[in-house]
Amino acid sequence: MAHFEKAKNLHDWLNQRLAIDTLRRVLATEYWIPKNINFLWAMGMILATTFGILLISGIFLLMYYKPDVKLAFDSVNYTIMDEVGYGWLWRHIHGVAASVVFLIIYIHMFTGIYYGSYKKGRELIWISGMLLFVTFSAEAFSGYMLPWGQMSYWAGMVITNLFSLGSLELNGLVEWIRGDYVPGDAFLNRFFMLHVLLMPLIIIGLIVFHFGTLRIPHVNNQDGEEIDFDAEAKKYLAGDTKNAKVIRFQWDFLSKDIFVLGVFLIFFFYLVFYHYEFAMDPVNFDPADGLKTPPHIYPEWYFLWSYEILRPFPKDPGLIAFGFAQVIFFLLPFLDRSPNVAPANRRGLFAIWFWVLLIDMIVLTVMGKVPPQGVFNTIGLYAALTFIGLWILLPIITMLEKKK
Amino acid sequence: MAVEKERRDFLGMALGGFTALGGIAALGAAKRTWDPLPSVKAAGFTTVDLTEMQPNQLAVEKWRGKPIFVLKKTDKMKKDDRDIVVGNDRFFVAIGLCTHLGCIPAYYPDELKFICACHGGQFDTAGRVLKSPPPIPLHIPPFKIDGTKLVLGEEGPEYKKLKAAGLTV
Amino acid sequence: MNKELKILAVVVFFTLVTYWGVEPFAHSQMHKHVEFHDFAYKGLPALKAKGDPAKGKELVTGAGACTGCHGIKVDGMPAPMDAATAVASYGVNPPDLSHVGALMDEKFLADLIKNPAHALKVEHKFNDKRPFPMTSFMGAGGDIDQEVADMVAYLKQVASKEEVTPKEAYEMACGRCHAMRYDKWTQLGETPKFKYEKDEVAYKAKVLDAQDHVRAYMGKLPPDLSIIIRARSEHFLKTFVENPQSQLPGTAMPRVGLTAEGYEKVVKHLEEVGDPSKPARDSLGWKVILYFVIFTVLAYLWKQKIWSKLH
Repeated sequence: MAHFEKAKNLHDWLNQRLAIDTLRRVLATEYWIPKNINFLWAMGMILATTFGILLISGIFLLMYYKPDVKLAFDSVNYTIMDEVGYGWLWRHIHGVAASVVFLIIYIHMFTGIYYGSYKKGRELIWISGMLLFVTFSAEAFSGYMLPWGQMSYWAGMVITNLFSLGSLELNGLVEWIRGDYVPGDAFLNRFFMLHVLLMPLIIIGLIVFHFGTLRIPHVNNQDGEEIDFDAEAKKYLAGDTKNAKVIRFQWDFLSKDIFVLGVFLIFFFYLVFYHYEFAMDPVNFDPADGLKTPPHIYPEWYFLWSYEILRPFPKDPGLIAFGFAQVIFFLLPFLDRSPNVAPANRRGLFAIWFWVLLIDMIVLTVMGKVPPQGVFNTIGLYAALTFIGLWILLPIITMLEKKK
Repeated sequence: MAVEKERRDFLGMALGGFTALGGIAALGAAKRTWDPLPSVKAAGFTTVDLTEMQPNQLAVEKWRGKPIFVLKKTDKMKKDDRDIVVGNDRFFVAIGLCTHLGCIPAYYPDELKFICACHGGQFDTAGRVLKSPPPIPLHIPPFKIDGTKLVLGEEGPEYKKLKAAGLTV
Repeated sequence: MNKELKILAVVVFFTLVTYWGVEPFAHSQMHKHVEFHDFAYKGLPALKAKGDPAKGKELVTGAGACTGCHGIKVDGMPAPMDAATAVASYGVNPPDLSHVGALMDEKFLADLIKNPAHALKVEHKFNDKRPFPMTSFMGAGGDIDQEVADMVAYLKQVASKEEVTPKEAYEMACGRCHAMRYDKWTQLGETPKFKYEKDEVAYKAKVLDAQDHVRAYMGKLPPDLSIIIRARSEHFLKTFVENPQSQLPGTAMPRVGLTAEGYEKVVKHLEEVGDPSKPARDSLGWKVILYFVIFTVLAYLWKQKIWSKLH
C-alpha cells in the first residue's frame, strides 16, 4: 500500500490519488508546441470537436431512429424531422458535420503532406491518421445507409458489389456481407451496428493512439526545424517567452485553436441552417426502391476522387487501380526517399508533385460526379493515370532531392 | 504579474462564461428532444360511447396504456358518491389497476365485486376496498362528460368535484 | 499574419473550386435546363366570349353532365359516388369542382371542357380504343364557345365564395392520385382514427384496393408526396407541374392546369407537410450564427492577450 497523508484540501486529495498535477504538466501546461505554426495546425482540434458534434447529435438521433427497412425512412423524415423537439436540428447538424468533417480531414492530411510531417519519427502519426481516415470513411458509408433512401439503397448495392472482385465473381461473398441477396433488413441492421457501436469505438481508440504517436516526436513546425524541446522549454519557463521557440499546449496553443474553432463554427452553422443540400442530397429523400434505379447515382463528395479512379478502366484493372488508391497514401512515409523535413516549396520537384496531386484529386472529384460521357471520360482517364503516375514518380523525385 | 494574470483571466472567464451559456442553451434543446412526442400526448385522450354500455357488463377501455373499467350500474348496486351520473344512468369508471401492487382485478358480475388474483384484494362496484391488502380505492382517471360520451384524459368539472371531495387522488 | 491570410485564401480557393465542380457544375451537366413559363399556358386559346354564370350553372348541372361525376360541395351538390366506388369505376376520383375556378387557369378550363385529353396532355395514352374517362363537351345546341365561357364563369363564381386553403388546393390538384402519409391522406381522402385494429386493417385494405385501381389507370402508382418538397428542386417542381412532359417525357401524369397562385398554394401545403421545420430553422439560424460571431470575437481578444507575451 503506497503512503498517503491527510489531505490539505480537495486538490491535494486528488493529487495524492491521481497525480493530477503531473498529468496537467505532461498533457497540458508543459506539453510543448512549436511557436512557428499557422492556423492549419488547428485542424486537429477542429476534427476532434466535429467528431464530438457528430457523437452528440448522433445520440439524439439514436433515441428515435428505427433500424428496420419498413420504419427507417419515416423514423428519420417524419418522427425526427417533424415530431421530435429540435429533431430537425440534430439531423441537420449530423448530416452537415458528416460532410464537413471530410473537408477538414483533407485539409489536415494535405497540411501534413506539405510540411513533411509524416517522416523522421512521425511515420506512426501519419499511419494512425490514415487509419482514422479509413475508419471515418466506413463510419460515413454505414451512416449514409441508415435513412434508407434511394441513394442509401443504391450506394449500398454498388459498393457491396465491388466485393465480388470483378472477374473473380465472388457473389457468395457479396451475399454474405449483405446477409441477403440484395441490401435489405439484414444489411441495414448490421450497418447500424457498425455505425453506432463498432466504428465509433475503433475511432475513439485510434484517436487516443494518434495522440499517443504524437507525444514523443512532438508537433512539426512551418520550417521543419528540429527543435530541442528541453532547451526551449527551459527558456520559456525562465521567463523568456518571447524568444523561446515553444509555447504551452494549454493555454497558448489552445487559445489560438479556440479562435480558429470559432471561425469554423460560424461557417459550420451557416451551412447547417441555410445551405445543406450538398450534405443532404435530394435523391435520398425518395424512399428506397429496389426496383427503380435513380437516373444519377453518386457517392458523397469525399469519396468521388477514389470512385473516379475505378470508373475509367475496364472491370479488373479498375478494381486494381481502386485498391491501389486506397492503400497508397499509407506508404507515403516510405515512398518519400528524401530525409528533408521542410515545407514543400523548399523541396524542389516535391513542390510541383504536391500541387499536381492536389489539383489532380480535385479534378478526379469533379469527374466522379459528372455523368461518365464524352470529354469527361477522357479527363477522368487522364486524371486517374496521373494519380498512379505521381506515386510511381515520388520515390524517384525524392531520391534526387538535395539534402537540406 | 498578478495584475496581468487577472486581466487575462477576465477575458478567459468571459469566454468561458459565454461558452457555458451556449452549453445551457444546447442542454435546453436536448431536454426538448427528450420530451414525449406530440403523437404520444395526443393519444392521451380516449373517447368512450356510454350508450353502448350494458348494465352489469364490465367494459375495459385503454387509456395511456392503462386498462380503464367502465361499468353501467344496476339498481341492485348501492349508489355511491363516486358514481358518474349521465342522465338517468350511473356509471363506475376507474383505472383497472389494483392499488396494492398494480395487477388487474377481475370482475365477478354475480357477486358484484372485483377480486384481484395476485394477493386476494377485493373492491365493490364503486371501487372501494372490501378486503385488504389494497390500501385505497381504485383511482378514478381524469375524465369529462360530453353528452353521452366519456372523454378520458381531460379534467372535466365532475372530475374536479370528485377530487376536491377527496373521493379520488 | 499576412502569411496566414494567404494560406487561408489558398484553402478557401480550392474548397470553393471543388464545391463549384461538385454541385452547380455537376448538376448542370446531369439535368438539362427546362424553361419555365410562369404558368402562362400560351399554347391554349383565350376564352372567346364573356360568360354568364347563371346559364353556366344550367349547363354544368344539365347538358354539360358535369355533376354526373363531379360534386360541387360549395353549391350544395355532393359527389354522386363515394371515393372508393369512383376510383374503382374511373381509375381516379373525379375532383370536386368547388375551387377549380380559383385554382385553375380559365384557358385551361375551357380547353379541358372541350377536349380533356388535350388540355391534360395525356393524348399519348388515350385514344379511340382506350377513351379518356371524362367525355368531351360537344355543345348544347348553341354557340359552343359561349356555352363553355358560361360554364367557366359559373365555376369561377362558385369558387369565389370562400378562400381556398393550401390543403384544399393540394387535395383538388394532386390528392386524388398522390397520397401523403405524413398528413394522413390517401387517394380515398383523410384517414380516420380507429378504435379497433380490425377496422383499421379493413380501411387499409380499402386504400390498397383503391391504389390498385389508380395503378392500373396510370401505369404505376403515383408516388407519395409527403416529402417531395425536399426530394426535388424548386425549379424542377414548378416546371414539372406546369408541364409534366417537359421533365418526364411520356409520363402518365396530366398537366393539372394550375394558375401561378394555385401552384403557390399547393407548394405551401407541400412545405407545411414536408418541411415543417423551415420557420424554426430561419428564426433560430441567425441567432446561433450571431452567438458564434460573439464567441469568436471573445476568443480572439483572449488569444491576443495570451500571445502578446509570446511574440
